[in-house]
Amino acid sequence: MTELTMKNRLRRCYNRMIPYFFVSPFFAFFLVFGAFPIFFALYLSFHSWNGIATSPMVYIGWENYTYTLTDPMFWQALKNTVVMAIVSGVPQHILGLFFAFILNLGFVRLKNFFKATLFLPYITSTVAVSMVFAIFYGYPFGFANYLAVSLDKIPFFHAIFSLFNLEIPLKWLASPPLMIPTISTQIIWRWTGWNTILYLAGLQTIPQELYEAARVDGAKWHQVFFKITLPSLRPVMQFAITMSVIGGLQIFNEPFIMVGKNGGTGRAAYTLAMYLYQTGFEWGYFGGAAAISYIVFVLIFIASMISRRVLRSDEGVS
Amino acid sequence: MKKVQTRLTLPHEIEVKQQIDYKKIGIKILLYLPLLIWTVVTIYPFWYMVVLSTRSLAEIFAFPPPMWFGRALAENYRILLDRLPFWRNVWNSVYIAVMATITTLFFCSVGGYGFAVYEFRGKKLMFNIMLATMMIPALLGIIPFFIMMSYFGWINTPRALYIPGAASAYGIYLMRQYITSSVPLALVDAARIDGCSEFAIYRRIVLPIIKPGLGALGIITFLGSWDNFMGALVILRERMTYTIPVALRSFQGQAQTDYGAIMVGASIAVIPLVIVFLFMSKQLIAGLTYGAIKG
Repeated sequence: MTELTMKNRLRRCYNRMIPYFFVSPFFAFFLVFGAFPIFFALYLSFHSWNGIATSPMVYIGWENYTYTLTDPMFWQALKNTVVMAIVSGVPQHILGLFFAFILNLGFVRLKNFFKATLFLPYITSTVAVSMVFAIFYGYPFGFANYLAVSLDKIPFFHAIFSLFNLEIPLKWLASPPLMIPTISTQIIWRWTGWNTILYLAGLQTIPQELYEAARVDGAKWHQVFFKITLPSLRPVMQFAITMSVIGGLQIFNEPFIMVGKNGGTGRAAYTLAMYLYQTGFEWGYFGGAAAISYIVFVLIFIASMISRRVLRSDEGVS
Repeated sequence: MKKVQTRLTLPHEIEVKQQIDYKKIGIKILLYLPLLIWTVVTIYPFWYMVVLSTRSLAEIFAFPPPMWFGRALAENYRILLDRLPFWRNVWNSVYIAVMATITTLFFCSVGGYGFAVYEFRGKKLMFNIMLATMMIPALLGIIPFFIMMSYFGWINTPRALYIPGAASAYGIYLMRQYITSSVPLALVDAARIDGCSEFAIYRRIVLPIIKPGLGALGIITFLGSWDNFMGALVILRERMTYTIPVALRSFQGQAQTDYGAIMVGASIAVIPLVIVFLFMSKQLIAGLTYGAIKG
């Protein structure tokens, strides 16, 4: 009798443990590879350490942070990163919305073909593609310069080029004001299709009755667009834009490959991620790099909070 | 006339009207044009890459730039193999991506199953903690990741690049969403009454149903691993352990950058993905947007 209840109890206890058994791997992995390293980085950011296991960590308080925040290179990297995130981020979403609207129109044929080709850039290797783009923008031989030189022969474009004081062929990846826009074209190329697909999926969730009701009420097309379509897309836009903000502030591969680890001429395309990488892995200031990673973390956190707040979806259509 | 214009923007309207309307045809062409231009923009870099891989260095630097295939592919390929243990690098990329995919599918489906079919104390809290970890930017982890891997002695090993990410919060979230919407709880209960053990329910009943979801998560993981540059750059220090992106970039530092050879390598890195994509773009796109829209 007692043995039976004992067995029952064990059985019940075991049953209660089962769900935890299924969800525990995540927490085990997170503790080892997520939480512990992040707290360790926080600890490390208050120390001076060269990354060599045998050499001691020296406590230096806030020095890593004050050093970073007074380092002109940090501010330049921050400025470049923000500019690059905006220059590459805004067109992605405008183009994405635009293509999504077109693809959502009833008459468009070959929808799956367009969806697939638009999406194609997303599945590539960014490093390989960055190298293609680097040749594309090569000076003076690249295809971009071939286009520029050809256009320059047409008086109208020649006038525009001279208006902006552009010397053809252009040093796309070596003249500071051009570098960020040039690198951004690759990022736009890669992510426009992704955003299109997201927005298209969002458009397809809008119930047709809303449009019909609007038509019955005699709404103009712009009223339909601003009163129905855009508000219904808000949740998707919130997700898509927050993702690009988070990704944009961590840009590394494209500038690193296209203009080199120092960010090219005058470090004009030097990003925060490159600054973090060099500080830690090239110059060996692991404490400093840890401090930079926390500063970047705070920046990303603030930026994503702002983008979520701005695009809050609670005022959508009822 | 004005009324026609207002109706044009409404999708279902356009299909309804049947008679020929030249204004409408004009607008259709205007709407197709940007799509076609963007299609060209999308495909052009792939085309350029393959063209350059068949051209000698002199031809690449020539003006106007080459726009059609040349004859230097074999030569470029030879240079690539001279400078790099390239097929070894390809193998490393494949091995890491496959291992990442297998481990991720296992741990994420198990976790997603746990969150989808059970009620247990602390579930909500645990789920929210998991969601919150998705907000941590990858960049924050790179320094401690490297330090930890060097303590483990995992520098220059593939496992450093697939084990840490195996139980990703994103994957578990995706799997939970998928299981919740495609596996009826009644089915799980029925199996339980029939005396199926909990792990057997997961393996024999849930796994077969969620195959499409697993496929999507698998591709996402594979692509993510294939494109992982910073992690590989930090961990892999030996030529023989390089993955393709790291190997390609090691080409850059050399005295004379051999673009033709780089383009051969880049094509080998990208073309297989493109081919796989063309075969399963539909499932992939559906899988990728799944988490974003239904979440």
